[in-house]
Amino acid sequence: MEEKKKLTIILFSGTMDRALAAFIIANTGAAMGMDVSIFFTFWGLNVLKRYDRPPTGKGWMRKLLNWMNRGSAGRLPLSRFNFAGMGPWMMNRLMREQRMASLPEMIAQAKALGVKLIACTTSCGLMGISEENVVPDVDLFAGAATYLGEATQASVNLFI
Amino acid sequence: MPKADATLDCIGLYCPMPIIQTAAQIAKMAPGQVLEVLADDKGIATDMPAWCASTGNEFLELEKEGDEYRVYVRKKGA
Repeated sequence: MEEKKKLTIILFSGTMDRALAAFIIANTGAAMGMDVSIFFTFWGLNVLKRYDRPPTGKGWMRKLLNWMNRGSAGRLPLSRFNFAGMGPWMMNRLMREQRMASLPEMIAQAKALGVKLIACTTSCGLMGISEENVVPDVDLFAGAATYLGEATQASVNLFI
Repeated sequence: MPKADATLDCIGLYCPMPIIQTAAQIAKMAPGQVLEVLADDKGIATDMPAWCASTGNEFLELEKEGDEYRVYVRKKGA
C-alpha cells in the first residue's frame, strides 16, 4: 500500500479570497488522494469563528478586537476591493454565476473529503478566542510543533 | 472512443469541481470500469492526467469537440 502524500497549509490570512484559495487547493489535494491538513493561525482563525456566539476575551483589548473582528466564514472581507463590504457580496455573485461553491460550502466539502482543520492554540489565547467560539468542524487545537511535525512529512507545504 | 460505464457531466463547472466529482464517482465504480467526464473548463486537459498520475487510475483518452472536452478514465485495480 503506497503511502499517501501529505499536504499542509497554514492559513494566516482572514480574507475571503485567500481562504477560498486555501480550501480549493486543500479540496483538490484531498480529491487526489493526499492527506491534507490546514493549520489556522492569527487572522486565519476568523474563518473558523462562529457568528452566532457573542465575542469573548479576557480584557478590554481582546473584547474590542473580537467585536471589531467577528469574522465567520460567510462574512469575511476581500483583501482588495472590499468596498466597505460590497466587494464580498459582488464576489459571491460572480461565484454563484460560475457555479462555484461558497466558502462555507467548501469547508463542508473539505470535511467530507477528510481534510483536517487544526486551530492554533497560541493565536486563540492571544486573541481571546475560546473553543465555544469556533465552529465544531475544527478537528484539533494544537501548536506549532504539531504543524511542523506534519509539515516535515509533507510533500507540499503552503503559507497562505 | 472507449465505451463508458458511467458518464459525469461537469459542463459549466470550473476547477476543481470536475476533479472532485470524478474522485467521488470513481470511488463508487468497480475496478476496470471506465468513466466518461464531460467538461468545458480547459484545465481538465492537464488536471485529469495529473489526477490519474496521483491516484493510480488510468487516463485513457481526451476528445475535444468545439469547447467541450470528453475525458475517459479507467478505475485502477482490475
